[in-house]
Amino acid sequence: MNLLSHSVLLAAEGPANAPVVSPDTGAGGVFDLLWLVIGLPLLGAVLLLGVAPFLPASLKAAVDKHGHLVGTAAAVLSFVLSLVLFVSLLGRDAEERQVGQHLWTWFETGQLSVGMDLLYDQLSALFLLLITGVGSLIHVYAIGYMEHDARRRRFFGYLNLFVAAMLTLILSANFVGLFLGWEGVGLASYLLIGFWQHKPSAAAAAKKAFVINRVGDIGLTLAIALMFATFGTTDFGGVSELASQADQGTLNALGLLLLLGACGKSAQVPLQSWLLDAMEGPTPVSALIHAATMVTAGVYLVVRSNFIYELTPLAQTTVVIVATVTLLWGAVIGCAKDDIKKALAGSTMSQIGYMMLAAGLGPVGYPFAIFHLLTHGFFKANMFLGAGSVMHGMNDDVDMRRYGALRKAMPVTFLTFAMGYLAIIGFPLFSGFWSKDRIIETALADNLVIGLLAMLGAGVTGFYMTRLMLMTFFGEKRWAEDVHPHESPRVMTVPLIVLAALSVLGGVLLLGDWIVTWLEPVTGHVEHHEPPLPALVITLMITAVVAIGVAAAWFLVGKREVPREAPQDVSFATRAARADLYGDAINDGVVVRPGAGLVSGLLTLDRGGIDGAVMGGAAAVRGVSSTLRRVQNGFVRSYALSLLGGALLVVLALLAVNLG
Amino acid sequence: MTDFVKPSIDYFELSPLLVVFAVACLGVVVEAFFPRALRYRAQVVVALVGLVAALVGVVLVARAVTTYDDGAARGVLAVGGTVAVDGPSLFIWGLVLALAIAGVLLFAERHLDGGVSAFAGQAAAVPGTDAESASIAAHREHTEIYPLMMFAVFGMMLFPAANDLLTMFVGLEVLSLPLYLLSGLARRRRLLSQEAALKYFLLGAFSSGFFLYGAALLYGYAGSMDFAAINEAVRNDVGSSSLLLIGTGLLSVGLLFKVGAVPFQAWTPDVYQGAPTPVVAFMAAGTKVAAFGALLRLFYVALGADRWSWQPMLWIIAILSMFVGTILAMTQSDIKRLLAYSSVAHTGFILVGVIGLQTSDQLADGEITSLQAVLFYLATYGFATIGAFAVVSLVRDSGGETTALARWAGLGKESPVVAAVFAFFLLALAGIPLTAGFVGKLAVFSAALAAGAWPVVVAAIAASILAVALYVRVIKVMFFDEPVGEGPSVTYPSVLTATTIAVGAVVTLVLGIVPGPVLDLAAVAGEFIR
Repeated sequence: MNLLSHSVLLAAEGPANAPVVSPDTGAGGVFDLLWLVIGLPLLGAVLLLGVAPFLPASLKAAVDKHGHLVGTAAAVLSFVLSLVLFVSLLGRDAEERQVGQHLWTWFETGQLSVGMDLLYDQLSALFLLLITGVGSLIHVYAIGYMEHDARRRRFFGYLNLFVAAMLTLILSANFVGLFLGWEGVGLASYLLIGFWQHKPSAAAAAKKAFVINRVGDIGLTLAIALMFATFGTTDFGGVSELASQADQGTLNALGLLLLLGACGKSAQVPLQSWLLDAMEGPTPVSALIHAATMVTAGVYLVVRSNFIYELTPLAQTTVVIVATVTLLWGAVIGCAKDDIKKALAGSTMSQIGYMMLAAGLGPVGYPFAIFHLLTHGFFKANMFLGAGSVMHGMNDDVDMRRYGALRKAMPVTFLTFAMGYLAIIGFPLFSGFWSKDRIIETALADNLVIGLLAMLGAGVTGFYMTRLMLMTFFGEKRWAEDVHPHESPRVMTVPLIVLAALSVLGGVLLLGDWIVTWLEPVTGHVEHHEPPLPALVITLMITAVVAIGVAAAWFLVGKREVPREAPQDVSFATRAARADLYGDAINDGVVVRPGAGLVSGLLTLDRGGIDGAVMGGAAAVRGVSSTLRRVQNGFVRSYALSLLGGALLVVLALLAVNLG
Repeated sequence: MTDFVKPSIDYFELSPLLVVFAVACLGVVVEAFFPRALRYRAQVVVALVGLVAALVGVVLVARAVTTYDDGAARGVLAVGGTVAVDGPSLFIWGLVLALAIAGVLLFAERHLDGGVSAFAGQAAAVPGTDAESASIAAHREHTEIYPLMMFAVFGMMLFPAANDLLTMFVGLEVLSLPLYLLSGLARRRRLLSQEAALKYFLLGAFSSGFFLYGAALLYGYAGSMDFAAINEAVRNDVGSSSLLLIGTGLLSVGLLFKVGAVPFQAWTPDVYQGAPTPVVAFMAAGTKVAAFGALLRLFYVALGADRWSWQPMLWIIAILSMFVGTILAMTQSDIKRLLAYSSVAHTGFILVGVIGLQTSDQLADGEITSLQAVLFYLATYGFATIGAFAVVSLVRDSGGETTALARWAGLGKESPVVAAVFAFFLLALAGIPLTAGFVGKLAVFSAALAAGAWPVVVAAIAASILAVALYVRVIKVMFFDEPVGEGPSVTYPSVLTATTIAVGAVVTLVLGIVPGPVLDLAAVAGEFIR
């Protein structure tokens, strides 16, 4: 029936509409185990967080000691299952690659029925591999990184919780389930940013991330409510089928509200400011949550809601503008940061901006958004873990001004990091080259200004990444006195090597336009616009811009001596970038202070007006009460009199009503 | 003159009633023949076993009764048509029996007051005399309270099931007389207790007079005491309507006195304050349930066809009860008096439900009937009240219970559990969501609204808002006020009182979260038979 209405819709509305989601719920076979992909890490989280604290002391000590293995095993098994599922999906025909699973009816109230439904299609399949694959590598890495932390069991429990929530987000077949995962990753992110809560900065950063994400979540919540009000359902299937019948205003509102949600989770301007602070969390967390997976959930949301965005050019344009601003914003911040993780975080913002940009460009862009998301997942996780490895060797110092010349001390870290570096700046044939190139190309075909700005961003990327490389691995030693850098243990370097390989080879996904064809049933087919220039020319131009950025970094950073203390007599631009382009100041001025003013105004109103009325009312009631009390004088004769009076009242009332 | 026909007695259907009566008589025998040392134990066992047996009987009868002849409701007219064993009767019987079981547990509590019950050691001894001191020294206690209570329970069951005016009057008196006595039996502050009993008796007798006069007038109007016959007469509009109206009014006085509606509430605060707390707990819950059962039957069965004439009168009484009860409760400084006024306000709320009477064809599908709403409210109110009074009996000092509200300051620190449980009961009485009180209020309000009594519902909502302030004030005193002097102390009870409190709290919580089953039970109770 869904298929039928699909074709009818297509006939009626033309091919501009996104495909209708109509999963095959009776796939059977290995697809019946779909729930287990979420179930395994969830079980791990329950064991490590829910059960372990209540075990007897001796058993608990054992779990504390070996709990990380349970957590890692859960992630790895989940990855193996995802791989099997992916291979099975490959074996099916292109039309049959949407697999659904109904677990149970979550809640039913009035006309709203929400099921625990899973949807496994081409899009979620790729995400599954990314989350469980990169997730497993980061679990392994964290075994080494968190070795000396007393609360390692809890850390792995949180990581498992995060993976389970992220998989729920990706696999859910309706927006309510997606929201469950969305909040779940938010919770896990909060817990992990604040994992070292004994540091006030970490506790504050966790709170900041949580609060700013709430703003985005309001958008998502309202979007879901609006969907229910408009379509009577929150299923992807139902919404994608009915979306074209909604009026334009509703669709615009839906698109913008979803974008607000995406901005919060994916640190897009204006909700970007939490991501830099989030680097307070342990580095594996930054790699997994704040680079490879969770922060890309906004991109997933936009791509998944393509059936709405396709119908609302206004929201799409907004997505493009937000994305372009963010990609430059993040890149500029990345240029000025001396904290290696914050420089990388700025870069993450910028790269997600690229993905959002592609997602805002419609069906032409969706596959490239996802492609860049995957390659970014590889090389950024690689570089974050590399940064973690560097910090591990440098006594947890994050200031690049006290690094330098680490390439000899840490050869494996250096080489793997270099692969990530080459990938992100878009060095030819590395994975980032393919993905970024395609996005800029598509943007150019869509709008010249946006395309050129995206190209400029690529140049800035070249600059700040080269700066980071030079300050960390080249130049003179600027180490603190008691620091003796050393290579990290194998358990940390092996994941680095795997991720480095993926950073180099990620481009194979584009061979023969595989990823475009693969995602076409989800994102919709569309003829490519011809870019204003031949593709090869554009590629050469991008490479040239990047080369200029790299060269600039070489002349400004590489050729000069890096001062150990950050110079203070710098240009306004540098100062602004160091202050995150005044993101916090803007929040403070636009939201916090007017909010505080509003609250104090309301407080005055409450004290003066409402309390006055309430207190006055209470005083009046008390007055009446005290007067009435005197009737209760304790004399039975008065009571009898009042009874008689009552009897008269009753009888008279009856007579008056009926005879009067 | 017609020949006297011996009425057939439907022993099975009446078994709950008969069991309770038999147990009451057995209690008298026990009192007469058992040695003093054994009496407490024997009486408690007899009472509990009898009540549980009666409760089982109610369940069996409820499963067995079939449709009454006109097909609208299930039930049996027993003893020559004087007792109606129908759905509402059975629901109220079950409720009264459950509350009575809780009441027996409270009566039997001997842990709180140093090994003796809350009742006078020797009621005949004049307070302050040597005889009293001797009885206290001898650890005497009256075990007649159990048979007395059983007689009251019997009355509470007969009252709402009575199908003619005379039987109803008999039920009223059988229920009241033992309660007058029980009210005067407090061990501590006996003068207050005896004063309360006397006031209750005098005013009760006065109101019974009104009831009887009303019954006579109604007999004069309809020529019969039988509810079905009165209903026929009202339908056919025979005789003088003044007789009908004045009769209705005077009957109402008797019933409204029992439920404690304004302006017939004067006795409640004095009696609730003076009577022993276990008696108050049982009486406040049980009497209200029984009297509302009787009120419903009188107004729905006998006078249902005339409801346009009595509904406006009940509007006034309901609004007065809600507001006077709530407002007067505001300035009370004694927790038992406060709860007494609160019970007056609740009478008003239940009357809001009574006003919602409609014939079944006027109801939309799935709407709850006013009968269902009132029965549910009675269940929620009964358990919350008996639990709240049971908690009151725990807060004590050397002089017995400390009922002065000021002495409750700081209870939250002294005993967080007791204070929290009491706060929960108060929230239930206030009708806060997730407690049974909320669902009860919602039910009666929607029933009244469906019947078009929206002005009463608006007033009821306003009164509810005021009432919240009243209950929250007590919570504030318990948790946020600094204790005066040594502060309150909590005596931990035996398993008997603890069980009562726990059952009250659990029922109140469960009915607030999943009211469905009991609402369904009240719906299955169906309608009155004639």
